[in-house]
Amino acid sequence: MQAFDIEVTLGRTRVLHGVDFTAKPGQVTAIVGPNGSGKTTLLRATTGEIPFTGRVLLNGEDVARQKPWQLAAIRGVQPQSTTIAFPFTVVEIVRLGLTAGLSAANTDLPVRALEKVDLTGFENRMYQDLSGGEQQRVQLARVLTQIWQPMVDGTPRWLILDEPVASLDIGHQFTVMDLTRDFATRGGGVVAVMHDLNLTAMFADRVVLMQDGRIAAQGTPSEVLTDATLTQTYGCPIPVNTTPPVGMPFLLPQARMTREPC
Amino acid sequence: MSLAVDAPSVHAPPMDRRVQARRLTVALSLLLAVTSVFSLAWGASGTSLWAAMADLAAGRELSRLDRIVLFDIRLPRLCLGILVGASLAASGAVMQGLFRNPLADPGLIGVSAGAGLAAITAIVLGAMLPPAIRELTGNYLVPISAFFGGWGSTLVLYRVATRHGQTSVATMLLAGIALGALAGALSGILVYMADDSQLRDLTFWGMGSLAGATWAKVMAATPIILAALAVTPFLARGLNGLALGEAAAGHIGISVQLIKNTSILAVAAATGAAVAVSGGIGFIGIVVPHLLRLATGPDHHSLLPNAALLGATLLLAADMIARVIIAPAELPIGIVTAVLGAPVFLWILLKRRGALGL
Repeated sequence: MQAFDIEVTLGRTRVLHGVDFTAKPGQVTAIVGPNGSGKTTLLRATTGEIPFTGRVLLNGEDVARQKPWQLAAIRGVQPQSTTIAFPFTVVEIVRLGLTAGLSAANTDLPVRALEKVDLTGFENRMYQDLSGGEQQRVQLARVLTQIWQPMVDGTPRWLILDEPVASLDIGHQFTVMDLTRDFATRGGGVVAVMHDLNLTAMFADRVVLMQDGRIAAQGTPSEVLTDATLTQTYGCPIPVNTTPPVGMPFLLPQARMTREPC
Repeated sequence: MSLAVDAPSVHAPPMDRRVQARRLTVALSLLLAVTSVFSLAWGASGTSLWAAMADLAAGRELSRLDRIVLFDIRLPRLCLGILVGASLAASGAVMQGLFRNPLADPGLIGVSAGAGLAAITAIVLGAMLPPAIRELTGNYLVPISAFFGGWGSTLVLYRVATRHGQTSVATMLLAGIALGALAGALSGILVYMADDSQLRDLTFWGMGSLAGATWAKVMAATPIILAALAVTPFLARGLNGLALGEAAAGHIGISVQLIKNTSILAVAAATGAAVAVSGGIGFIGIVVPHLLRLATGPDHHSLLPNAALLGATLLLAADMIARVIIAPAELPIGIVTAVLGAPVFLWILLKRRGALGL
């Protein structure tokens, strides 16, 4: 996925100033940055949700020239939060992912997708009665149903996620990040807006750091997540790889050494 | 122990509301058939459907009076009731899906008022049109104007109430009130201008009635309403997707703009035609889809056909009440549906206040 010279103006404010960025299949690309730096705006421009100037290519094809159903076959997008207008059950929401065509015949996918996001047994619960974190995982299950196979006929498919772990507990953060990691390992492309720099360092192959509507740095986590860059971008001293003073408890997701499921 | 008791229900095979909805479709079809027979049998005159059927079965001629009552009064009224009930309920369901809101109803948010204004305009000022146009439109002048009236008000409403793909409930209801008031005022001016015979035509608009049913009206409304109803199955998938929001609907492959335009046209056609032949009959469009969502869920694949069936049945039932409650006089059916429907509307409002963000 490539984006060239993306500019977005919301109201009278220019929110993105000519952003170029590339995400490769087989990798997890994380977009990070302070609040208001344009992460979500960049994601929403590349998925065509808001008007922008510039060009976005997905698997080499201009996104603007493709029909919604063509895009839906190669790209799934998980929004930050979704309110549903009517009393749908969980499985009915996930089943909406089947309407995208390629997975349509595979009617057991919704149940398998719910299993993947650790929501087995939630099929007939009302979506509106779930907690925020559970709703977010239902939406992920829906997107997974839509693009179940990371590769189809040698062409990668894309998982686009807006803060996928924002309202999840640490156990389910791992569930979801492991899922995205697995999707990329099997050949698909993952682009995720992230807030948690630790999870980013742990799971991303490539990090795009944004500041004031521009890209401040991009590269591997060890290239981008440095004292100097982070301190400058976030406007606050952020020492990397430093243990806190003795006696203060701290929890790092990186300390989970195994790839055992939680 | 208590855990062991709970366990089976957690892993019970998924209850599929789609199966229930299909069963409901069959049940509602039967119910509509039964209600239709009763509607034919029921009326102020002494004509008996059963006696007439026995006569027909025995090969005897029907009396002239019986023939008129059955074939020229009750049968067109039955057809009109089915058409209007089905189109009001299905339009309500489509509009609620489009606005992502269970309170959107053509009658409540000014679409019927817009259609009514256009219909009244056609009745009062239609004579001023060039003869060529009147010749061309014939019986269809009133329904066609009503369609454009309904279409225009739906477009305005959607524009006003929707920002960035989100429709605001409060804006929608308030804009609907404003549109309704405006249409009402303009209609008032036209009524003031109308002559006596036009006035008689107009009287039933305010409250809605099937009393004026004629074969001409049935013929005028049938093609428009059937066309609109025939489109609704193709909207089901899109309206389900729209429940996720416009952006997410696009991401699962739905042509959102196409669905929106088609929905608005279908609602305008069905509501316009219904209003043109029966005036403003309220609450069918809001009560029927709501009851069905409670019963079998909001999946539009079953909701839309079931709404049409239940809407037709309920309107026939309301019409029977309207015919007999103050017999030999007749109550406008709009009064019956309002008396029965308004409390249900209030009940929905109270129950869902939180969820609707009001």
